[in-house]
Amino acid sequence: MNNPAPWIILFSPLIAAALITVVTQPFRKASSYLSVAAVAISFLASLTVFAGPHQEASINWIDLGVFQVRLGYLIDEFSKMMLLVVTVVGLLIHIYSIGYMKDERGRSRYFAALSLFMFSMLGIVLANNFIMMFIFWELVGVSSYILIGHWFTRASAADAGNKAFIVNRIGDFGFMLGILMVWSASGTVMFEELGPKWSTLGLNPLYLNVTAILIFCGAVGKSAQFPLHVWLPDAMEGPTPVSALIHAATMVAAGVFMLARVFFLFEPAPVALDVVLWIGLITSLLAALMATQQDDIKRILAYSTLSQLGLMVAALGLGVPEAALLHLFTHAFFKALLFLGAGSVIISLHHEQNIWQMGGLQRKMPVTFWTFLIGALALAGCPPFAGFWSKDGIVASAFDHNLAAALVIELASFFTAYYMARLLVVAFLGAHRSEAAAHAKESPPVMTVPLVLLAIPAAIIGFPPLSTFFLQVPEREGVPTLAILVSLVVFLVGGFLGFTLYREKSEDPILVPLFANRFYIDQFYATLVKWTQDLFAQISGFIDRWVIDGGIVRGLGGMTWSCGFALRFLQIGNLQAYAFLFGLGVVLLLYLILFAS
Amino acid sequence: MAPPLFWTFSAIMLLFGLMVIISRNLVTSALSLVVCFLALAALYVSLDAFFIGVIQILVYAGAVIVLFLFIIMLLDLKAEERRRLNLPAFFGGLVVIALFVKILFDVSYGFQGGSASFPAIQHGQHADVWYIGLTIFQQYKLQLQIIGTLIVVASIGVVVLSKRELK
Amino acid sequence: MVTLNDYLIVSGLLFAIGFAGVLLRRNLIAIFMALELMLNAANLSLIGFSRFNVQNGLPDYNAQILVFFIVTVAAAEVAVGLAIIVALYRARQTMHVEDLNSLKF
Repeated sequence: MNNPAPWIILFSPLIAAALITVVTQPFRKASSYLSVAAVAISFLASLTVFAGPHQEASINWIDLGVFQVRLGYLIDEFSKMMLLVVTVVGLLIHIYSIGYMKDERGRSRYFAALSLFMFSMLGIVLANNFIMMFIFWELVGVSSYILIGHWFTRASAADAGNKAFIVNRIGDFGFMLGILMVWSASGTVMFEELGPKWSTLGLNPLYLNVTAILIFCGAVGKSAQFPLHVWLPDAMEGPTPVSALIHAATMVAAGVFMLARVFFLFEPAPVALDVVLWIGLITSLLAALMATQQDDIKRILAYSTLSQLGLMVAALGLGVPEAALLHLFTHAFFKALLFLGAGSVIISLHHEQNIWQMGGLQRKMPVTFWTFLIGALALAGCPPFAGFWSKDGIVASAFDHNLAAALVIELASFFTAYYMARLLVVAFLGAHRSEAAAHAKESPPVMTVPLVLLAIPAAIIGFPPLSTFFLQVPEREGVPTLAILVSLVVFLVGGFLGFTLYREKSEDPILVPLFANRFYIDQFYATLVKWTQDLFAQISGFIDRWVIDGGIVRGLGGMTWSCGFALRFLQIGNLQAYAFLFGLGVVLLLYLILFAS
Repeated sequence: MAPPLFWTFSAIMLLFGLMVIISRNLVTSALSLVVCFLALAALYVSLDAFFIGVIQILVYAGAVIVLFLFIIMLLDLKAEERRRLNLPAFFGGLVVIALFVKILFDVSYGFQGGSASFPAIQHGQHADVWYIGLTIFQQYKLQLQIIGTLIVVASIGVVVLSKRELK
Repeated sequence: MVTLNDYLIVSGLLFAIGFAGVLLRRNLIAIFMALELMLNAANLSLIGFSRFNVQNGLPDYNAQILVFFIVTVAAAEVAVGLAIIVALYRARQTMHVEDLNSLKF
C-alpha cells in the first residue's frame, strides 16, 4: 500500500510553484506565504516519514516494454536524514527570504522558483532509480539557473546563470553516459535491485572503473569539484538566501548524496575511488587557498563551501560514505547559518558585500555576530561544535588509510581556520571602515530568528548520541587521538595566525595574485572556449566558402559553363564541316551496328 | 541483263558521276550529271523497272537538270575560282569516304543472299505501270495526296523565296 | 551473271562519289548536284531490292512506288533549294560556301 507521505513531500512545493505562477503572481505577499506553507507541509510530512520504516514504492510513468521509466521513492537511512535537512533548512530559509526580499518587485517569481527548486531537490532525495534521479537532477539545474539569474537585468547575473547551467551540463553528460553504461550492463536502473547485483555481474574491471568515473562526473558538475568548480563562486550573483539554500546546503550536496546512494558502484572499482579521492582533495585545498585572498563576503563563503564539498568527496574516496553524509548533514546547518548571517550583514549595510567596507559590526549587530561566530567555529572544526565531530570522522579515516590524503586535509583545515578568522576579524571586529558600517543596525526578527534556530543544530548536532539519532556511522575501535590532536593544533595555529595578521588592518596586508585570481582557471577556460570556437568558425567558414560555395555551387555551374564553352567551338558556320562530321558519325554508327556488337 | 551491258552502263554512270564532282566548270558538271542519269535509267530498265526508268528520264534529266541549267545561266555563274586547298579538311573528307567504301564492301560480301541470281519473273498480263498504278491508288492513296500537297507547297515556296524586295 | 551484290556495290560507289562531292566541292550548286547523285544511288538500291523480292512472279512494287515518291520529293527539293540559292546569291553575291559562315558562335 502506497504511503502517501512521500508523495505529499514531493508534490506540495510543485503545487505551490504552479499556483504562484498561474494564480498569485500579482499578489506578492500571498505568493511568499504560499511557498512557505508548502515547505512547512513537506517538513511535517518528512517528520512522519522519518519516524516510519524503510520502504520503497514506485509507479510506472512510461512503459514501452523494453523501456520503462518509473517514478518512486526509496525511504532508507540516507534519504530520511536528507529529507530532514532539506526541509528544515529550506523552511528556515523560506521564512528568512520573506524578510530579505521584502522590497523586491519580483518576489512572486522568486518564490515560485524556490518552490520549484524544493520540488526538484526532494525528487533527487526520494528517487529510487537512476532515470528519475537524472530527471530531477536536471530540474535542479534549471531551478538554480532561474534563481541565480533572478536579477537578470544585471549582465553579470545573467552570465552567471548561464555559466552554472552550462558547466553543470558538462558534468551531466558524463553522468548520462554512466547511467547508460549501468543500464546496458545490468538491465535495470532501480537502486534496490542494482545494489546487490552490481558486483556479481562479473564485469570487466575497466568497464567498472569507467562507469564509476562517469557517474562521478555528474557529482563533479553538480557539487562543483575541480575542474568544474568555476560556476559556484559566480553563482553568488543570486540573492543570498538562494546562495544559502542552493549553493551551500542542498543542491551542491546532491552530488555527494548521489555518490553515497550509489556507492555500490564504487566498491569494486578501486581506480575510480582513487580518482574521486584526489579530485576531492585537490578541490578542497585549492578552494581553501583561493578563499584566503577574496574580499567579497559571499565569495569567501562560496569557496569555503567548495572546500568542504571537496572534503566530503574525499571522504567518499576513502570509502566511508556515511562519514561524508554526516559531514554533509552538519555542513548544511552551519553553512546555511553563515550565509544567512552574511545576508543579514549585507542587507543592513544596504547591499555592501566587500569586507573591507565593513568593520565594528560586533556591537551593532550582536545576534548576527554571535550566530556567525558559532557557524565559523563549527566550520573551522572547533570542538565541541558540530563541524568538529563530522570532520573528525573523515580525518580519522584518512589517517587510517592514506597518510598523504590526511596531510592534504589537514593543510586545507589550516587554511580554513585562517580565512574564517580573517573574515571574522575584518568584517565584525575593529573599527568601522565605511559610512554604511557606521550606521548598521540589527536585522528584523524575521531574519534573526532563523539565524538563531540554525545556530542551535550548528552547535550541538555533532555530538554522537544526537548525531546517531539521524545517521548511523560505522563504529570505530579506539579513539583516534592522533587525528584529534593534529586537527586541534591546526585549528589553533590557523585561527591565531588569521587573527593576528588581520587585526586592526584597514586593507589586506598579504597579496598573492595567484590565489586572488583563482589560479587563473576562469581565464584558462575562457581562452579554451574562445580558441575552440574560433577553430570551429574557421573550419565552417572554410567549408562554406570553398567546399559548398566554390566546389559544389560554382563547381556545377562552372562545369556546365565549360562544357558549353567547349562545345561552342563546334559551331563554326562552315557547312562542309558539318557535313563532314555528319558523315563521320554515320560511318562510325554503321561500323558499331554492323561489326562491333 | 547480260553482264557486259551491265558493266558498261555502270562504268559510264560512275565515270560521269566523277566528272560531276571534279570539273571546275558548272555547265560541264550539269551535263555530266545528265549522262549519269541516262546511264542510271538504263540500269533501272535492266532491272525490269520500266516505269521507273522512264520517270527517271522525264523528271530528272528533263526537269531537274533543266532547272539547274536555268539557274546557272540566270545567275551567270563563272567557273569556280581556285582557292587555296584546305589540305587537312580535304584529306579528312577522303578518309571518311574511304571508310564508307570499306564498310560498303564488307557489308556486301557478308550479305549471303546477294550472291544468288535474281529470281525469275513471269510477266503478267499487264505492263508494270498497271500494277504500280493499282498499288498506289489502292494502298497508298493518302501518301499520294500528301505528295501532291508537298509539290503545291514547294511551288508556292519557290515563288515566295525568289521574289525580289518590292521597292 | 549479275547478282544483287553487284548492283548494291555500284549503288554504294555512286553514293560515295556523291558524298565526296558534298564534302569537297566549294560551289553551292556543285554541292547540290552531288546531293542529287546521292539520292539516285539510294534509288538504285531500292530498285535492286524490288527486283530481288519476287512475289507471285512479279517484282515487289512497293519499293518502286517508294522510288517514285523519292523522285517526286527530290524534284520539289531541288526547286526549293535553287530558289534559296538564288535569294542567297542576291543577298551575298557569292556562291562560295566558305563565305557563308554567319551562323557561328
